[in-house]
Amino acid sequence: MEKSIFAYQSEPTEYIKSGDSGAIEALIPERFLQRQEPDLPQATEQDVIRHFSRLAGLNYSVDTGFYPLGSCTMKYNPKINEAVADLPGLAGVHPYQDEKSIQGVLELAYGLEQFLLAVSGFQGLTLQPAAGAHGEITGILLIKAYHRLASKKEKRRIILVPDTAHGTNPATAALAGYEVRQVKSDEAGDIDLADLKQNLSPEVAALMLTNPNTLGLFEKNILQVSKMVHEAGALLYGDGANFNALLGLVKPADLGFDVMHFNLHKTFSTPHGGGGPGAGAVGVVEKLIPFLPVPLVKKKGEKFYFDYKVKHSIGKVRSFYGNFLIAVRAYAYFLALGEEGIKKVGRQSILNANYLLRKLKDVYEWPYRRSCMHEFVITPKTGWQVNTLDIAKRIIDYGYHPPTIYFPLIVHEAMMIEPTETETKNTLDEFSAALLSIAQEAQTTPELLKKAPVNSPVGRLDEARAARQLILKYEKAR
Amino acid sequence: MEYIGNTEADNKQMLTEIGVSSASELWSDIPQDKIVTQPLGLPAGLSELELRKHLRNLSDRNVNVEDYACFLGAGAYDHYIPSTVPVITKRPEFYTAYTPYQPEISQGTLQSIFEYQSLICNLTGLDVANASLYDGATALYEAAHLACDHTQRRKIIVSRALHPEYRQVLKTYFSDAGIDIEEIGCAQGTTDLGELRQKINDQVAAVLVQQPNFFGCLEEVEELATLVHEHKALFIVDVYPVSLGLLKRPGNYAADIVVGEGQSLGLPVSFGGPYLGIFSCRKELMRKMPGRVVGETVDNQGRRAYVLTLQTREQHIRREKASSNICSNEALCALAACVHLSSLGARGLKAAATASVIGAHRLADGLKDLPGWRLNFTAPFFNEFVATAPVEADDLNKQLLKHKIIGGLNLGRLYPELPQSVLFCVTEKRGPEEIENLLNILREIKQ
Repeated sequence: MEKSIFAYQSEPTEYIKSGDSGAIEALIPERFLQRQEPDLPQATEQDVIRHFSRLAGLNYSVDTGFYPLGSCTMKYNPKINEAVADLPGLAGVHPYQDEKSIQGVLELAYGLEQFLLAVSGFQGLTLQPAAGAHGEITGILLIKAYHRLASKKEKRRIILVPDTAHGTNPATAALAGYEVRQVKSDEAGDIDLADLKQNLSPEVAALMLTNPNTLGLFEKNILQVSKMVHEAGALLYGDGANFNALLGLVKPADLGFDVMHFNLHKTFSTPHGGGGPGAGAVGVVEKLIPFLPVPLVKKKGEKFYFDYKVKHSIGKVRSFYGNFLIAVRAYAYFLALGEEGIKKVGRQSILNANYLLRKLKDVYEWPYRRSCMHEFVITPKTGWQVNTLDIAKRIIDYGYHPPTIYFPLIVHEAMMIEPTETETKNTLDEFSAALLSIAQEAQTTPELLKKAPVNSPVGRLDEARAARQLILKYEKAR
Repeated sequence: MEYIGNTEADNKQMLTEIGVSSASELWSDIPQDKIVTQPLGLPAGLSELELRKHLRNLSDRNVNVEDYACFLGAGAYDHYIPSTVPVITKRPEFYTAYTPYQPEISQGTLQSIFEYQSLICNLTGLDVANASLYDGATALYEAAHLACDHTQRRKIIVSRALHPEYRQVLKTYFSDAGIDIEEIGCAQGTTDLGELRQKINDQVAAVLVQQPNFFGCLEEVEELATLVHEHKALFIVDVYPVSLGLLKRPGNYAADIVVGEGQSLGLPVSFGGPYLGIFSCRKELMRKMPGRVVGETVDNQGRRAYVLTLQTREQHIRREKASSNICSNEALCALAACVHLSSLGARGLKAAATASVIGAHRLADGLKDLPGWRLNFTAPFFNEFVATAPVEADDLNKQLLKHKIIGGLNLGRLYPELPQSVLFCVTEKRGPEEIENLLNILREIKQ
């Protein structure tokens, strides 16, 4: 347990000279001024550095170990990308500077857009959304604007979402004012074509589909799905959370997707930051370009500029132009890998996942018995006296980050494992050995799993108490 | 450069163990005619040395606030960042971790977010804060959305002295969503109270203002709050967090929700992102608050520990009934803000605010005495102000660039009623000699 930053009682280091604070009263009327200073920490520079360094030591991270968190694509984050994002001519550019003074920045943004278009097959793109879910709402607003312009009479008020979808998909559709209808999956783990057919109608605006889906399976009827959706006058939205599997292997636009968000922090190796900042670029087919958020980055001759004249633009979804320094990292990643490197990403991620699956499929329950893409879902065997949570916590004791658990919802006790292409065979061998050992323990000494983790900074937490007592900030009195 | 560790031999061995003769058997579910066979059209991969040079070249083609004296603000501020901030945010244990789903091995991220939430509450004077949102504009939208949901009313009133891009974001989200947005104008640089009095009624969910507002002027927030609350609407204030080193806390003038762009707390201007959306509110609104929240609890041995809580609001449980679709935060940016505020302390924050205010007034005083210049407004201002120039603002800024100065924002483009107007910003980074220098150059620029 690390003490609170508020527990320090020293004099803060002076970074900024106080100046003449007495002058303030002459400049700002008293009614606007605070009478009492805000309660901020009282710590020296050394206190601050020690405090946060100790906190850092309590974290597990990609740089400290294997992190097979399904659907999160916790691949290695190359260090050169961090270094270049700190360059003063990138980090130190004000968003409202004159276009002439930001040509390098615009060229970079334009270049990244071209790369993303090249690997996806789309024709238009925005870098404005700050995260995957932000890309989703942007994409759905584009679809809404498109339908509204296409027909004033027609009311497309429904969005279809498969039962395997990430929770953000239905939340996004609802946020945009749509009614959400769920489409079932079939026994093979694909979207159920009969149920899709039943749900399609002139009232449907779009189907939101993740491919590969969250079972780690490629929707093998994708061309049929896309045909059905388009014949109903609806659009096909792609959730790009699992795009890593397809990178360099197949272009989503070629599969019939009309819009897709990219998670730059997943597929393009920008760090996850403990939960952000990420970036959620959105790619679209030609007919949706007139609806993209403003401004678009354009090139004329050798000059780059912002284009605000987008005919039916939905407007802006964020201030300025998105998480630019994240785009810088993704751009550097593209340049480092290049044509040949990018083509290997999806393929290697699929191979790594199938290899790990091969090691585990006979010992754990394997509900969907097909080759997986970049990730797969397994569960504890029936009869074991432990659940998925226990296994996950025991994985911590073995020195690994647990997989995504209890998702997708359609698999009882799911564990979703995504190794990514950057892991070596050796790491996969060691991890599978740990999982096989845990499977043994589950049958012989289940109490080891129930008590886990014991090798972590803290033990299992009382989450119910956190929700019941609700202490959401530091209180001095306690 | 590829970041793949396996050799061809490893891959071959893995395929053998899987029991397939070629890797393509693994993706046989993909329609074969859709597999990419043509080149993608990407350039050949670069070495790290080549990559660094390339990026360095791009970087060198931009004017930046380190080499130039920046007098541009308008939502992105060039404040001093203590050297502690990058030292901590560059620790890989923080930046290469993900959302703390497994609290036992994520206490570093969780405690730092908890401390961030505490710091934001102490700055705003409100009861609770979330773990952060994307940026100031989206935080403002989330606040307005919450207000409509809470009051069950379908109209919001927004001051035109609120950041134009933020208002544009509101329109994007609310267009076609059955929420009416009404804008109210300004008098002397602040929200027109008379107009608000006419337009507000019991159908209004919230009134949204910015303090200090987009023009840098100080809004009469106490009068505004009283008027808004007479109609049982929520008072939403978008703050500039550095100003809270000096200005009254919004909780003290009864703001219901406080949002803000947190960039000024330890993040570089970054061409607009990544930034940090601050969101805090009164306790009564807590269960409708968007985004992640960290709470304190104990572990199985009674030790204090932190965990994501109030998750029943969130989309992975609630799906289409969730209070918002946000499933992450800007954790690393929140960490930066946390280290920034912890380093500065109340005294340091006040020093930054004070020096900024004094610098801005020094510039304003000098400007109003220059031939052809005038200050647009009489309202008290913080560290930004509007002045009308004797020349077109774009021409002016072009001249200033030649002197290694980034001039103020050309306001005429955003507010046609303010032609030739410039929004100047001064932070503690601008010394008296830089301000003098700017004034001397402006004196030379002829109509």
